[in-house]
Amino acid sequence: MTLVVFAVGNPSRGDDALGPLLMAGLEARAQTGVVLISDFQLQIEHALDLDGCELALFIDAGTGTPAPFEFRETAPAPGRPVSSHSLPPEAVLNVFADIRGVPPPPAFVLCVRGEDFGLGKDLSAAARQHFDAAAARLAACLTRPDAAYWRRLAEADRRVVTT
Amino acid sequence: MSFELETATNRESLRRVAIDPVSRVEGHGKVTLLLDEAGHVKEARLHIVEFRGFEKFIQGRPYWEVPVMVQRLCGICPVSHHLAAAKALDPVVGAVPITATAEKIRRLMHYGQILQSHALHFFHLSSPDLLFGFESPVQQRNIVGVAGAYPEVARQGVLLRKFGQEVIRITAGKRVHGTGAVPGGVNKSLTPAERDELLQDADQMIQWSRDAVHLARRLHETNGSLYDEFGLFRSHIFSLVRADGAMDLYDGHLRLRDARGQIVRDDLACDDYENFIREEVKSWSYMKFPYITELGPGRGWYKVGPLARVQNCDFIPSTLAEIERQAFIAHGDGEPIHAPLAYHWARMIEMLHAAEVIRSLLDDPDILSDKRMAEGPRGREGVGIIEAPRGTLIHHYRVGDDDLVSYCNLIVSTTHNNQAMNEAVRQVARRYLDGRQLTEGLLNHIEVAIRAFDPCLSCATHALGKMPLAVELLDAEGKLLDHASSGG
Repeated sequence: MTLVVFAVGNPSRGDDALGPLLMAGLEARAQTGVVLISDFQLQIEHALDLDGCELALFIDAGTGTPAPFEFRETAPAPGRPVSSHSLPPEAVLNVFADIRGVPPPPAFVLCVRGEDFGLGKDLSAAARQHFDAAAARLAACLTRPDAAYWRRLAEADRRVVTT
Repeated sequence: MSFELETATNRESLRRVAIDPVSRVEGHGKVTLLLDEAGHVKEARLHIVEFRGFEKFIQGRPYWEVPVMVQRLCGICPVSHHLAAAKALDPVVGAVPITATAEKIRRLMHYGQILQSHALHFFHLSSPDLLFGFESPVQQRNIVGVAGAYPEVARQGVLLRKFGQEVIRITAGKRVHGTGAVPGGVNKSLTPAERDELLQDADQMIQWSRDAVHLARRLHETNGSLYDEFGLFRSHIFSLVRADGAMDLYDGHLRLRDARGQIVRDDLACDDYENFIREEVKSWSYMKFPYITELGPGRGWYKVGPLARVQNCDFIPSTLAEIERQAFIAHGDGEPIHAPLAYHWARMIEMLHAAEVIRSLLDDPDILSDKRMAEGPRGREGVGIIEAPRGTLIHHYRVGDDDLVSYCNLIVSTTHNNQAMNEAVRQVARRYLDGRQLTEGLLNHIEVAIRAFDPCLSCATHALGKMPLAVELLDAEGKLLDHASSGG
């Protein structure tokens, strides 16, 4: 099983660093079969990083998104992205399908809620709490990089939110 | 200094339309149009709503950290800031000049950046508008729509950008947050294996870039009346050129031409930029308005970037790009081309030049040498000017005896184009919006004009759930009449 993990964010912009900080933890573990890619934002060439992968995870900070994090499966979608400078994960998956002519691997999003994205700021207090919760979820995912298992985790989260 | 349509006389009684933020541009921007009761445009402004504060952020930091730190200004062109900072700090370590190896590695990195940024802009920022039309369905007018309708164009765009990113990764050490350039030189040269890896695809990139020039040219010539007139305004043009007048995006002296194409200032030394560029502050924008000091803010503003550079140089020092430049110049029929949509054609000519430069440098044995660093008597101040993808980028630092940065001044490419972009917005607003019903397609005309300049309006923050496109329509009393949003 080859897993590709994308972490998105600008480390100098407060809670936008959530993605890169979570990635730093993964880099320290250097797990076999896990490809790690960190960038300021998702772009079209990231579609090529999906080549040969059987599972994908996109980690990003969110604003106005569920706290402490949202973990969900996602799928290719043409959508109507507001900014081509920053594609959503769904558009990256769609670009892969268009240029490779095959469906992308199963893909999940770990969106960690941020509160303050100011230049030069550290993580906000709320984001630190969200980070800890997301890191625990990430560790659980990495113990079993398997789409079926991740779907169960996402489904369990969804039930908690709806009940 | 106030320009026509910059400030209405009776602002309080006018209807306000906001496009906030402008979609498909880096960072956050906002356009406000004030309309009177009859729907006539009385004021048009491009606002930059986010203050960077980066110059203060840099002060007090050790100078050697700066080339890495400034990359956080922008997620699209971090390499330009990386190299401009390293160039500015070379004199601080006495590296004047740097070694041949260091300069060639930096050039390789820089032209990789030009190639990947221009590919991204043309294929993925602008081609949806250009291939489908400004008023095509918004659901189609995006990169995903391009991939569906023109899969080979989309694929080449992806692979061109990927190649540029690989050049950056190999020269800078990483695809993002690279550390290749340091004050005094570079900290790595290429291995033969790395060179060979890039050589495998280099010729293909030249061919695809040439195809892209021809696509941009065909779009321009096929729609000549639209492309030549859309958002048209005339201004000075400003850029670096090499000592012999050739295009050089890494180094040289500064040159200014007037709107008729006459060289009015030449051989301006980069170190003296403060003597001939000033910046005007306007109360309604956080972004300053640069102008040539002795011409004043009314006459001395200018445009930068591909459209300026392709016409400001005397020639392009690579065979295929020079052929394309001559075809571009011929289209102007003896006059400079000022049409904003010609930026796309010029940008593709530069992309071809970048591909050719990369190919040429890969054959140069100096890129494999270990002579990476130079040193000499220490200095305390430096100016680094580079032609970034979007235009002239100026970094200026002073360093104290404690090696900490005591002064930092940055004039970024988009700031140079501030007045030019405002003029383009006003021309389009006057031509396409005045007195007409507002539709998403019509509003997109404004964004098309802005996008032509490839602006970078703030440092990169792109959290999920952020940056929706919101359009608000208010009546003369400020009451919300209509609202629409997309994306996010």
